[in-house]
Amino acid sequence: MTNSLNIEQNLAILDRMLLIRRFEEMLIDLDQDHDFGHYHLYIGEEATGATVVESLIPTDLLLTTWRNHGHLLARGTNPGRMVAEILGRVDGYNKGRGGTLHLTDREAGFLSTSGLVGGAVGLAAGAGFALKQAGEGNICVVFFGDGSLEEGVVFEAMNLASLWSLPVLFMCENNNSGAISAQEGGFPSSEIAASQISDIPKSLNINSKLVDGADVAAVHTVVTEAVSNIRSGNGPVFVEAYSERWPGSRPLWPEQATGVTQVASAWDESLLTGEHKEWIIEFDPLIRFIRNQLAEGLFSKDELFDRDRKIQTQITEARAFGEASALPDPQSALDGVFAA
Amino acid sequence: MTKISYAQALVDGMRESMEEDKTISLVGTNVLGLGPQRPLIEKVRDDFPDRVFDPPCSEAGLASLGIGAAMAGARPIIDFGVGSFSLLAWCQLVAEAGVAHHMSGGQIKVPMVFTMLHGLRGGGGGQHSHSPQAMLWNNPGIEIVVPSTPKDVKGLFKAAVKSNNPTAIISHSRLLGVEGEVPEEDYFIELGIGDIKRPGKDISLIASSRSVITALEAAEILSGDGIEAEIVDLRTLSPLDKNIIIESVTKTGRAIVIDETNESCGVAAEISAIISEDAFSSLKSPIKRISRPNVPVPASPLLEECLDITAEKIVTAARELLES
Ligand SMILES: Cc1ncc(C[n+]2csc(CCOP(=O)(O)OP(=O)(O)O)c2C)c(N)n1
Ligand SMILES: [Mg+2]
Repeated sequence: MTNSLNIEQNLAILDRMLLIRRFEEMLIDLDQDHDFGHYHLYIGEEATGATVVESLIPTDLLLTTWRNHGHLLARGTNPGRMVAEILGRVDGYNKGRGGTLHLTDREAGFLSTSGLVGGAVGLAAGAGFALKQAGEGNICVVFFGDGSLEEGVVFEAMNLASLWSLPVLFMCENNNSGAISAQEGGFPSSEIAASQISDIPKSLNINSKLVDGADVAAVHTVVTEAVSNIRSGNGPVFVEAYSERWPGSRPLWPEQATGVTQVASAWDESLLTGEHKEWIIEFDPLIRFIRNQLAEGLFSKDELFDRDRKIQTQITEARAFGEASALPDPQSALDGVFAA
Repeated sequence: MTKISYAQALVDGMRESMEEDKTISLVGTNVLGLGPQRPLIEKVRDDFPDRVFDPPCSEAGLASLGIGAAMAGARPIIDFGVGSFSLLAWCQLVAEAGVAHHMSGGQIKVPMVFTMLHGLRGGGGGQHSHSPQAMLWNNPGIEIVVPSTPKDVKGLFKAAVKSNNPTAIISHSRLLGVEGEVPEEDYFIELGIGDIKRPGKDISLIASSRSVITALEAAEILSGDGIEAEIVDLRTLSPLDKNIIIESVTKTGRAIVIDETNESCGVAAEISAIISEDAFSSLKSPIKRISRPNVPVPASPLLEECLDITAEKIVTAARELLES
């Protein structure tokens, strides 16, 4: 799809995608040294989150799920404090009470990172309700997986959002078709009788779109139109962004099967070896984006390497920050249940 | 002081709160059940037509809506109508509202109110008679208000709406028509402060919600026998006024805990455990619980009556304890 983004926007999206990729590659390694239980990686889905935030304003609100790292990073959350949270340290955003599953950054606009399938979707209707009442033109975006459509509360929330014209972007990231995880015994993330998820909201009179979630330009076009519709008070929009699932979740499959990304593989396929080579060429959103943007002359290879290096340094520092952060005081174990 | 019904006091508390704070809205309008007090809620709709919503039947969705709206800065009141229906929203109440503040490291607040009617209502049967406060109390992060009088329900309602935490206000359909004195001036009742509804020296009757009214009837009868019962009204379960319980039991040396939740893991079980831990040495006789027996509520009026907490049951238990 033709890219309607300007140079700054494209570069911002590139940086976000690189940041997310390098952060999560680091995370798989971090897990070898620190046992932090769970993680769910966004690798392979970066184009969606990195692009959606481009259409938002700072006062918009967001909600997400266990697969939240990419959404937070895309919105500008500090990666060092994210590592601290994932390791359960005091400098974590949630003071170690949330971990990877519930990483929340209120300043960046995140209200909740619910680990309950469908949980965030229900809450998003509420955020939309409050925003509509406040009447300041802000909207709420909720990121969730295809599995959420299996949950009843999601149907209820969509019905309410439609009935009451709530300013909510339902951003469904459908990663169900991932060939790799299926091979490795990863569970399908949903079993839904409808043949197309984006058809479901239509029966509730919700404007619903289907888009290739690994195609930055396509996501941007669809989401920009959706956001502008929502902001003008026309009620919710549902977007199904499909992408091919990448490996990487713990406890099910804590492995970096596709290896550490080399940006040069966008033009030099000889760098790709191993069984997932074709998959990377065809589906990796970062590699696809770099390939397209190089062809359009957005940046030079040197500039790309330079950006990647800077981001890798940032990630090394983030890891060091998180690892150096203190463990919480055991005396505080019972604190923070009620708000003042 | 003027004398008004519990339902009127609840509506007054709601209207005054909505007058003061424009971010409050009411979603669901079965706050007063389906009985004769029901039309009183219409005054709220008349006064705030843009802030009263009649939603579809979607308890989980509405609970989520309230929680998300509260997270985003509004102060919604979500009404479940019958307490049993809140069970459809259990995950939202317990695992979203109750944990949000803690799990976010204090970044997020959920300042909202859930309303519902609990308990035996006459013909409610197995699916319209639950008293979910004990189940709710088993989970951290939710404030639970169980008022027994018009004065308390209004004062506690106004405080609950101002609280920055999710708060369940659990009323009882058989309390809605009960009348009582309510101050004319503006007032609040802070959550976490129990109330001695009747002082006494011989035995503590510890109760909440409608059981307080039944306990007061029992105290009147006992007084005829020369037994002075002290009625401790908990008013809120979370936060709980432990001191008022311990002080009363330390004084009287005997305790009956009266509560409509089912006996196992019920409110009375928790209060009994607290007394055993903190006032054991003052006890002159074992603690007695009068709770709802562990059976679903039957439809037959006679069978339902068998499960009800009556003044007679309390009087009998008190006499037994004092004789022991
Ligand atoms: C209410 C609930 N049920 C079950 C689970 C266990 N669970 C965690 S992730 C998951 C699959 C979710 O798939 P999807 O929503 O598509 O998200 P994805 O992980 O693919 O991004 C399930 C069933 C849960 N977290 N919450
Ligand atoms: Mg999925």
